[in-house]
Formats: sequence, C-alpha cells, structure tokens
Amino acid sequence: MEEEIRLMKGNEAVAHAAIRYGVDGYFGYPITPQSEILETLEELMPWDTTGMVVLQAESEVAAINMVYGGASTGKAVMTSSSSPGISLKMEGISYVAAGELPALIINCMRGGPGLGTIQPSQADYFQATKGGGHGDYRLIVLAPATVQEMADFVGLGFDLAFKYRNPVMMLADGVVGQMMEKVVLPPYRPRRTAEQIAEQCPWAVTGKPATRKPNVLTTLELDPVLMEKHNDDLQEKYRIISENEVRYQEYYTDDCEYLIMAFGSVARICLKAIEELRKEGVKVGLLRPITLWPFPSDAVERLASKVKGIIVAELNAGQMIEDVMLASKNVTPVYHFGRTGGIVPDPQEVIDSFYNYFTPEP
Amino acid sequence: MVDNCYFFAIFEKIISFKNFLIMAKVLGAVEIDRERCKGCDLCVVACPCGVLALQTREVNNRGYNFAYDHDPEKCIGCAACAEVCPDGCITVYRLVER
Amino acid sequence: MTRDYIKKPENIVAAKPRLLNDNTMHYCPGCSHGVVHKIIAQVIEEMGVEDKTIGIAPVGCAVMAYNYIDVDWIEAAHGRAPAIATAVNRLNPDRLVFTYQGDGDFAAIGTAESIHAANRGENIAIIFINNAIYGMTGGQMAPTTLEGMKTATTPYGRRVDLNGYPIKISDILAMLDGTCYVTRQAVHTPAAVKKAKKAIRQAFENALAHRGTSVVEIVATCSSGWKMTPAKANEWMAQHMTEKYPLGDLKNTVE
Repeated sequence: MEEEIRLMKGNEAVAHAAIRYGVDGYFGYPITPQSEILETLEELMPWDTTGMVVLQAESEVAAINMVYGGASTGKAVMTSSSSPGISLKMEGISYVAAGELPALIINCMRGGPGLGTIQPSQADYFQATKGGGHGDYRLIVLAPATVQEMADFVGLGFDLAFKYRNPVMMLADGVVGQMMEKVVLPPYRPRRTAEQIAEQCPWAVTGKPATRKPNVLTTLELDPVLMEKHNDDLQEKYRIISENEVRYQEYYTDDCEYLIMAFGSVARICLKAIEELRKEGVKVGLLRPITLWPFPSDAVERLASKVKGIIVAELNAGQMIEDVMLASKNVTPVYHFGRTGGIVPDPQEVIDSFYNYFTPEP
Repeated sequence: MVDNCYFFAIFEKIISFKNFLIMAKVLGAVEIDRERCKGCDLCVVACPCGVLALQTREVNNRGYNFAYDHDPEKCIGCAACAEVCPDGCITVYRLVER
Repeated sequence: MTRDYIKKPENIVAAKPRLLNDNTMHYCPGCSHGVVHKIIAQVIEEMGVEDKTIGIAPVGCAVMAYNYIDVDWIEAAHGRAPAIATAVNRLNPDRLVFTYQGDGDFAAIGTAESIHAANRGENIAIIFINNAIYGMTGGQMAPTTLEGMKTATTPYGRRVDLNGYPIKISDILAMLDGTCYVTRQAVHTPAAVKKAKKAIRQAFENALAHRGTSVVEIVATCSSGWKMTPAKANEWMAQHMTEKYPLGDLKNTVE
C-alpha cells in the first residue's frame, strides 16, 4: 500500500508508522501521555495483517525485558513509555545497550521528578543522553518536533538501531505526542523473513542449527580484561556513531547575531519567537538538534564563534545547556530559559527572556 | 536414604532373577573422567554395590580427590552413579554374558 | 581379570550427554545444578530439538548455564527470564523456549514476571531450582528459606515474625489458569533423577505443543550454602525440604 496523508496525534502516528515499517513486536505498559501508542496498535490488530506481535506487559520492567528478549532473536522490537516508566526501564536499557541489541524505545516525556505531572516536559534529557542506567553506554537519541517526525523517526530509529546494533531512543515530549497534525504515513513494507534475519543478524539467538556454534546473548563478563575489551569496542562504536550520525536543523543562522537552541516542541515555539524578533530587526537564529546524542557539538562551536550570545530554551531547569556550554568552549555567553512542572511557554516568554539577557543595538 | 536402598534392592532382585532364568552374567564397568570430577562423593553414596570410592591421596589438576572404581569386579552397570553425578564425569558400560 | 574389554561404545548405558560440553562447570562439588543441567541436555538430545531450543539463563549460580549446554541462550536480568521468554516465544512460536531460574530469581525479584507469564499461559517451560538459599552471593536468605534455617542474613535462623514465611510459589502458579503442568521434583537419588527428567521432558513437550506454561520445581541442595557435605545435604533435603515442599505433581491438565 502507498503512503497516506492523515490527521492524527503524534502517538498514533508512531503506532501506524511501526506497522508500516514492518516492526515485529511492540511491548508496552500504559502511562499518560503516551498510552495512545498501545491503544492504537491494539485497535489496528496488526497481528492479523503484518503478523506484528503487540502485548500489554505487566510492567515497564517486563516490557523492556521483552524487548531485550525479542531483539536477541534479531527481530525489530520496540517499547514506549513516559518519564516514570522510562526510569523503570533503565536497567533493561543498560542490558540492551550492553548486549548491543537493536531496539527502539520511545519516551513521551512528562514533568517530574517523582510521579510529577502528566503535562509535557523535557526533563529527561540527562537520563536519555548521559546514561540513566548503569555503566558506560550510549543511546542514539532522536528528538522529534512534529507529528511527521514522530512517524519518520520510527523508521530512522530502526535503521540506525540495526546499522549500529544499538538501542535508539525517540525522546518526544508530551506536546508532540498529544497534538494532532497532518502526517504523511510511509508505505507498507513487509516484515523481514527468518532468512533475512539470519543473514542480517548472524548473532541472533534463533535456535542453533548444526552448522554453527551456539549463539549466546549475555551481558556478563567476569574476566576484567575481556570486560574492558567489550567497553573499548562499545566506545569505538560510539565514536563512529558520533562522527556519522549527527543530525540538526538550522534556521536563520546565515546572518544571526544571537542564537537560540532548543529541541522538540520548544524549538517550534522558539522559531515563532525568532520570527517576531526578526520583525523587530533583531537577527536571531535557531539551532535545533535532532540527535541529542550524538550532540551537534561542531555546529554549536561554529555558530558560537560568530554570535554575541546563546539562549538554550528547554522544558526543564537546565540540562541541554551543559552540552551547549561544553561545545561552545566559553567563546560566548550561554543562558538558559526554561519552564518546568508541565508548563509550556508561549513565544512571548521566549522574547521576554531574550531581552532580559541581551540588549541588541538598534 | 530410604528410597535409594529400596530402589536398588528391587533393581538387584530383577537382575539376579533375570540371570537365574537365562543363566547369564551381567558385567558392568565404569569410566570416570578424573579431571572433570570434583570429588563430591555422591556417586560413592549412590552405588549399591560398593564399587566406587574417592581417592584418599591422589588429586586431579584442580586439587580434588576424584572418584575411582575401587572394586570394579562388583559393578553391575546399573548407572546409578552416572544418574546422580552432577558433573557428567561417569560413563557406564554393561555387558550381559551368556 | 580387568573389565576393560567391556568398555566399548556398544556397551555404554550411561554417559555425559553430547550437548553437555567439555567445559568444567563452575558449580561447587555435589551441586544439584549440574544434575539438572545434565538431564536438560539429555532431554533436548532425546527430543532432537537442539536446533529449536532457546534457553533463558537467570542471575544467580546458574548465570553461566550457557557455558555448559550447547544450545542458543539469552542471559536475563535478575528475575526477568519469564518476560524474555514471553517475547522470544511470541516472536518465534515454533521454538522451544525454557527458562532456568533459582528461587531468588523466580520467587523474589522476579515474582511479577513469573506470575504474569504463567497467567498469560505463555508456551514456555520454567525450570525452577529451589535450594532455599542465595548461593551465588554467599548464602543469604531466599524467599524459600525454611523457618529456623540459618543463612548469612538469618544467622540465628529464619524468623517468620521478621522475615515472613517460606513461599510456595509453585502452589501459587498451579492455581493460575495459564499453567498446564506444575510439578515438584528432586535429584537426590537415581530414582528421583529419572522422575525429574521425565517431568522436564513433559514440560518441554507441553511448550512445543503450545499447551500453556509448565513449571518444574526442583527441590535442590546447596551444600556450600548449607555448610554440609553434598551427601549430607541430600539427606537433609530429603528430611526437611520435602516436608515444606512435598514432591509430586501439583497440577497436570495434559494427561
């Protein structure tokens, strides 16, 4: 079937895109504001059409371990949750990363800490990009800003996950997950056959034919020399990902004298603010990281050297700003603008914040 | 271990009854992988015929007093030792001689 | 005089199963894990399903079970083996999926996964080793530790007013509609080993035939944790453990 234009929520778009991409399994547990992903999948009954497995697990902990098990057999599997549920998944995510398993994890962020609020937030930036689980590992983190990107990043996420044998997190916020927009859904593609999986994933735990040695998926290595080697291999892989997979978008940066950095839904609010500021003759640009890890440090460094200052706008108390400060190497002042608690600012607040920090010459 | 003795009492009776009928002789033999053995003694306890014993002086590469067929002539090849061996060290042979 | 002449391949009546490889097991002398590994290897071999079998190893002493039985394995996070087995079997329904778990893994940290996998009637076999102690971490109290039993964390004996009661998780699972076969076996005598092997074969056949969840509890020993010789541990197990955990089928809907 061909691609299709629809009006739907970001969460619903994820479900449709997953079926169309040919995902083998989804394992999840309800939590606001992302329950529509599981609900939509159950409603669409893909097990009757593509053969995709959909299962409501007994907990987020079980769901991520189902992903670990499914991914171990070479299947394309995913889970989704929101902040408190993602915290529960963190142990499992560390195992998925250690086992070098391809998987897609979606975090539709809500305000925290603790049970927090069901309103949107971006306060899991640290958790997603710096670890969250134990050990030296990295997730490829994609930050969608539109419903279209939520649909597109399902496919991109799995492509990257299988290319690098690494878990990918789609770090969406409650705004993009819940809002409705026009979306172009991708055409259907068939799920991979057992033969394709055997060819693409020779490491997969599928049952041992007489022709090969047992495949064992373990994250345990008691020999420190071998464990360090495993860590070195992981770090080398992360270096290659950092070199090749940085994605970002620039707006009005050709002539900008000031820079705003934001990801996800906040980037759209900032873009509106920038357009207003430009009407007033203030040359502001926007840098929107699409991959939060690997972080677009080179782009930040390049732009930092030519602007009078940077504002990092986030739905948190200041998280991505740390990466921006590291990347900008102190050549220009970096300030933070953020709201927490589930409050989404309007463009005027961004403009006010801009004038609070900067006094552009007329 | 009550059920152990009971089991072997029956087992031996069956064997001897069969021997009586067919005038055959049942010969058993065991072979123990001494390097795999950890000297846990479970085979010695399980053997109904007192064939096996642990070495008292000799040890294997890992320092265990391994099991050996101390009295091989008594073996009836019942494989009780192999059943309970946690390390799969024991191969049991049985031959019925007519 | 010597009986070497009967040591010929055609006279073999018992030997290490082919699927149990030559790696020396890391278990302590006399450990029940070794016996259970051996009979699992035998059953897979006899059923001729090694190319279809996927084992899920636990956290605990059996964490490295994959080093000893030559089939494909996944090593699970602590307690999560039934969740992993669920996904593996749902995505690969023609595979024989079994978990191998200890009492801490299965009946403490993984209770939710154990109960819900069984309640969904996942077509998996669960081999549950109950030796009433945490062996790997040095002999601490397990959920199945008997009342009065001394462990590293109950040095004066388990007190129910402090530590609660030993949990009979197999009895709980037998009550669930998703289980088709729940049995409690032991491996302390040749006869018990034979019965345990038969039970494991039944469980594996149930899994392949998609009859629901099968649970084979093996009441086992931990001579190091119990601070006894292996033979003494077997005796103590037969005397004390089977009183709380009586052997036999708790449920069998297959016959």
